[in-house]
Amino acid sequence: MTDYLIRGANILGDAPADVLLRDGRIHSMGSETAQSRDGVPLATIDASGLIALPGMVDLHVHLREPGREDAETVETGSRAAAKGGFTAVHAMANSSPVADTAGVVEQVHRLGLESGWTEVYPVGAVTKGLGGKVLAELGAMAESSARVRMFSDDGHCVNNAQLMRRAMEYVKTIDGFVAQHAQDADLTGWDTEYAAQMNEGKVSATLGLPGWPAVAEEAIIARDVLLADYVGSRVHICHVSTKGSVEIIRWAKQRGIQVTAEVTPHHLMLTDDLVKSYNPVYKVNPPLRTEADTQALREALAEGIIDVIGTDHAPHPDQAKECEWNQAAMGMTGLETALPVVQHAMIETGLITWQRFAEITSVRPSEIYGHDHQGRPLAEGEPANIILVDPAAKTTVRPEGHATKGRNSPFRGIELPGQVRHTFLGGHQVVLDGELTTSRTMGNTA
Amino acid sequence: MKHLLDTQGLGYDDALAILDTAEEMTAVSSREVKKLPTLRGRTVVNLFYEDSTRTRISFEAAAKRLSADVMNFSAKGSSVSKGESLKDTVQTLDAMGADAIVIRHSASGAAAQLAASDWSEAAVVNAGDGTHEHPTQALLDALTLRRGWSSAHSSSPRGTDLSGMKVLIVGDIVHSRVARSNVWLLRTLGAEVHLAAPATLLPYGVESWPVTVHYSLDEALSAAPDAVMMLRVQAERMGGVFFPTAAEYTRRWGLTDERLVVVERLQLGDTEAPALILHPGPMNRGVEISSAAADSPQAKILDQVAHGVAVRMAVLHLLLSQRQHDGNHDE
Repeated sequence: MTDYLIRGANILGDAPADVLLRDGRIHSMGSETAQSRDGVPLATIDASGLIALPGMVDLHVHLREPGREDAETVETGSRAAAKGGFTAVHAMANSSPVADTAGVVEQVHRLGLESGWTEVYPVGAVTKGLGGKVLAELGAMAESSARVRMFSDDGHCVNNAQLMRRAMEYVKTIDGFVAQHAQDADLTGWDTEYAAQMNEGKVSATLGLPGWPAVAEEAIIARDVLLADYVGSRVHICHVSTKGSVEIIRWAKQRGIQVTAEVTPHHLMLTDDLVKSYNPVYKVNPPLRTEADTQALREALAEGIIDVIGTDHAPHPDQAKECEWNQAAMGMTGLETALPVVQHAMIETGLITWQRFAEITSVRPSEIYGHDHQGRPLAEGEPANIILVDPAAKTTVRPEGHATKGRNSPFRGIELPGQVRHTFLGGHQVVLDGELTTSRTMGNTA
Repeated sequence: MKHLLDTQGLGYDDALAILDTAEEMTAVSSREVKKLPTLRGRTVVNLFYEDSTRTRISFEAAAKRLSADVMNFSAKGSSVSKGESLKDTVQTLDAMGADAIVIRHSASGAAAQLAASDWSEAAVVNAGDGTHEHPTQALLDALTLRRGWSSAHSSSPRGTDLSGMKVLIVGDIVHSRVARSNVWLLRTLGAEVHLAAPATLLPYGVESWPVTVHYSLDEALSAAPDAVMMLRVQAERMGGVFFPTAAEYTRRWGLTDERLVVVERLQLGDTEAPALILHPGPMNRGVEISSAAADSPQAKILDQVAHGVAVRMAVLHLLLSQRQHDGNHDE
């Protein structure tokens, strides 16, 4: 394995230092004058002007495999993750078949290892087939080679309160946690011909699209933090999208309830005004909300009420978006635009520093999952999961150039700041100057 | 004007131009030979994803009176029922040389998506999209209101708007594309708009609309509207969900014989002429409107149908006569 000498990177956006990567770890930091070891090449990277950050960790992606390989595969999704600066992603369970057995999670885990562009952790379903009726094989998934710790029916809410309570209790015995997609089924017309299509408010009133009321999210979050408190479990709230949800989570945290929360980059930047175009690229679940919600989410993320960024990367084939709004699939790609969007929404607005950026994109998600080798400090002896970011770069989003199979980026044509220039996965350089190099598995080249 | 997609984005001048052109077209429709040569050689496609015989026939009559060739494409029994996408259907019609596509669809926004796409060069006319808009219905309603108002004031309707009129729309506002199109158009034309409905049938966010909302129909009628527009209510399907029963709906929000007595005393502005009763059809007699009200001399329901043809002639004429045959438009 090559040694890397990174010269003059601003560590977490602060003072520049040299970083020497050797044998998958940060060998030393400071002012380095490394020489190549016998038989080990040394590559030097001029990182002046670049910021060194711990590799980003995404608790929320959809890699579509098995079952929808036309939309994405573990391989293509992993490539997108590496380009986006993610050294670990967590693949939601709504594949086909659903990841509700040890067999499926082991398959996804193995595909991730074979790809070798990022670490892939399968998320197990809470209920069998995401059906919301009976518990999936939680213990078997936890004991499998994938060692699943995170369980979610994401895409579907665990709507039944009794089942949610049981799931939260059961995962305590396997050191796991439940990540809830908070959406009251009745209030959003789930599985009816009048199913919610967009945020309910001024815009939906005019467009004549069935509304997805904020209260449908908030009511489930309120219920689940009370349940978590009652049974002494922890709960993670996926893609928080409303101002009211922030207030409930704030209240719960003040009471000491073990709740953590995630927000997507798109909910930090985009609003339901975009739906006026009826362009299904803006169709997503939970839906784009209002300016007031966006602002509240940004402040909550800065303050720590919301813990992490999760992309909810959801690639779809073109035909799933080139159709009538109410028939279009929900979801947006996000892995390759996450850093630029968060820089735009959070850093350039002065709400957070790069230090806090590292917390919300790496340190906290790793803590929530329980990883001991991701989200670590940039210090001697730590695993070399590192990215180098050019904060001064300006790029216009062009989905055709993305590594994901999905072209459904809502940021198409928008100029955003920041670019992931280099990604190191366990000391192996998977991205060089913004382009994929080789994966960690030998011989697998881009 | 390149397309007619909604009334929210329809400017005052364009709206008035359509109404004034429609006045000319009503003259054509009352002639012995009901035909103009203006759209000879042009092709109008009626692309109907929803059953609506009335609207389709109205558009068909309008196009034919302008000498256009008409193709009717119904989603039922076609490739659409075999899963063909809107994109492929429209590209097929475009390849066949459609100059205008009149689209009716159960999905809100379908017309706007078609117009924004590069699937076709044709002019797009929205003939009703989901619960969004139905602009030609609102235009024919406006034509009916304007004619009633000017007739009561013994003046010519041409060039005038609806300033001074107070229009009450009653019923299922939340699911009604007719209501949405009327709210925006009537406001653009200077009318005051009132809505009366149970809160369950008003859209969340209605407070941002430029209207006065009443939960009580009786209270709304006491505000002395110049016209009352009753909307169709699918009472059997909605009973128990949006309101307790069809009977309770009729009792509280129906234009019953008792309320007809009140409406009979309403007048058009300061004139002696009676207020107008409108209904976009098809009616549920005995539910939202009593038979006596539907057949009352104040009811302009058949005039609305006749005006529908004139308004659709005007829209097709204005959209297509300004376009070159090569598909460009030269405004």
